[in-house]
Amino acid sequence: MQILIKGAHLIDPGNINDKKDIIIKDNLIEAIVDPIVDPDFNQADNEPGTDVKTIDAGQMIVVPGLIDIHVHLREPGAEYKETIETGLLAAARGGFTSICSMPNTNPVNDNSQVTKFIINRANELGLSKVYPAGAITRGSLGQTLAEIYDMKQAGVVAVTDDGKPLENPNLMRRALEYCKGLDMPIFVHAEDVSIVDGGSMNEGFFATFWGIKGIPNAAESIMVVRDIALSELTNASVHFCHISTKESVEAIRQAKKRGVRVTCETAPHYFTLTDEDVKEYNTNFKMNPPLRSEEDRQAVIQGLMDGTIDLIASDHAPHSIIEKDMEFDMAAFGIVGLETSLSLSLKLVQDGFLTMEALVNKMAKNPAKIIGINNDIKPGSIADLTIIDPEDTFEINPETFKSKSRNTPFAGLKVKGSTFLTMVNGKVVYQRD
Amino acid sequence: MRFEKKDILDIGSLEPREISMILDTAQGMKEISERPVKKVPTLRGKTIVLFFQEPSTRTKLSFDTAAKRLSADCISISKSSSSIVKGETLIDTARNLEAMKPDVIVLRHPSSGAPHLIAKRVKASIINAGDGIHAHPSQSLLDMMTIREEKGKIEGLKISIIGDIAHSRVARSDITGFSKMSANVFICAPETMIPMGIENLGCTVSPNIETCIEGADVIMMLRIQKERQDNILFPTEREYATLFGLNKARLSLAKKDVIVMHPGPMNRGVEISSDVADSDHSLILEQVTNGVALRMALFYLVAGGGRHADSD
Repeated sequence: MQILIKGAHLIDPGNINDKKDIIIKDNLIEAIVDPIVDPDFNQADNEPGTDVKTIDAGQMIVVPGLIDIHVHLREPGAEYKETIETGLLAAARGGFTSICSMPNTNPVNDNSQVTKFIINRANELGLSKVYPAGAITRGSLGQTLAEIYDMKQAGVVAVTDDGKPLENPNLMRRALEYCKGLDMPIFVHAEDVSIVDGGSMNEGFFATFWGIKGIPNAAESIMVVRDIALSELTNASVHFCHISTKESVEAIRQAKKRGVRVTCETAPHYFTLTDEDVKEYNTNFKMNPPLRSEEDRQAVIQGLMDGTIDLIASDHAPHSIIEKDMEFDMAAFGIVGLETSLSLSLKLVQDGFLTMEALVNKMAKNPAKIIGINNDIKPGSIADLTIIDPEDTFEINPETFKSKSRNTPFAGLKVKGSTFLTMVNGKVVYQRD
Repeated sequence: MRFEKKDILDIGSLEPREISMILDTAQGMKEISERPVKKVPTLRGKTIVLFFQEPSTRTKLSFDTAAKRLSADCISISKSSSSIVKGETLIDTARNLEAMKPDVIVLRHPSSGAPHLIAKRVKASIINAGDGIHAHPSQSLLDMMTIREEKGKIEGLKISIIGDIAHSRVARSDITGFSKMSANVFICAPETMIPMGIENLGCTVSPNIETCIEGADVIMMLRIQKERQDNILFPTEREYATLFGLNKARLSLAKKDVIVMHPGPMNRGVEISSDVADSDHSLILEQVTNGVALRMALFYLVAGGGRHADSD
């Protein structure tokens, strides 16, 4: 069977930025052609007997399948928050054809058995693709290295102890050296826990006002600076997760100028909200790192604009009301993000901070590069595509989420732009009603 | 004028006219404690629950005394006697209390915002008796009552607050309340105990204790929490007393008629010397006396004639 995506504007940066029709056959992109005007296309170009499904994508934008490299799927271990299935349904609705699952499940993904379980389960489902990240250290306990090569053989594309930092600098050094030899990227959760000291929102006037213990910017940037130094020492590459402060952005900017092999991501909440938005102890505004000041928010946008920040990842962290409907300081850190990431990021284009091409780089091409996959839109490529409706205006309503969890600070926010269709391996895994 | 607030959660949510109304009502209540029979029937048939999830002697006793002087039925539960130790959530505990139809729940809790969390979910009035490092509104109100009683006003006074501002809910509520009532508030502490952005609550950070005290009408000393000693905020109590303790010599920098206050419990010889604590300037025990009257006023306003016209 063939699929014809008709009437769309196709954007694959460095490749195409034009009105094109796309013909998909089985799981592959068969052809990219100038807009087809022939009403008898079905009969003209096809082998007899094949039926062609046409997707009318007029006014839409087709881009390489979006990739979110920072997602907590919670299975195995906390299926009441999210399962691989609900997480992937949420990914599809958010326009993501692939995601990286973080290893802080229970058991931790620190061995090939857990990796295989995740990959097999995802393959059974046939929804968006999962590229698991494994743990750097056994149990993510920061003591001894996990069997990274074995996990790589099973399908792990990066390693991280995300959720917590790797505190011991010597172990971090050795992990970088070891992973360099395996060509395995390391994702760094940059946080100095001793300076966090039990804090649960950004340190500043608003934390003082609400009487919440603060987390200073330095809790993040100290570790960013440390790991830049270790990257320089080892010449290994480092990818920093969820960058939130102006100091981190500046440190990474300078490191890149010196040629250090660093990349980084930020999450939509860091360029959308600030600590002023944390009101009345609403735990849906509690995440780690915390929402920062307006100055930091501006620095994050600046970092996205000048290329210091390579990509956007949601840090999708589902939690149930059991962890969230409680005292602010005791509530879990984290918010869901898969189903709001694209709409929030499109605002950067609407506000003139990024071109659509730049946004596609940050949400599709650069993430692909980091985890070593290819999502170019070319004849013969796997048909992983996202169709974006840039004009759809709506209010974010958590009740419509496919995710099992509803912990979002964006309920009721009016946004413009949504996923129209998500295609994985030539198969439609999500289409808007 | 009627008092419209269901809950007393923090000073920030009270208007100056509401604060004045509370202080006026408390002034009227004070006389009841001077009578040979210290009890009026005002809240007869009302149920007040004292739900204290943190150790407290004076505040709990003060609320308890206030409730009994107004003839309310007062029930007390602590952390060890509540189902919280069995793993029940705060919201579930509050809902269970609610099911027994109390009129007022007085909550003390180690988490900032805990009273706000349950106030949204129960019909009973919530009075915050101290939440984390956020607020202690009844303490701030009794401080204002004591100042107003002594000075006749709060507006325009220089009020100096000295001590662990960062970890003090009393400091936050006092700064907010005093500045709301147009006093000039100055604070002083080691840098380790000055939280970021505190001046935006309405105070000036003094560079040293002498500047802070100079010309003060009111000095509020805060307790140095010995249990925080491992928290690397200052080296020793001895050095703290040298730099930030209130003694006679420093007191002489203030106005002649300065009053000295302390929310208690005091560490004599650390933040305050004994001769100052026991001097004529000290109103520390008057604060305790006023605390009962002030809490009677809060009960009356949220559960008695204030909000419900059908009560006497």
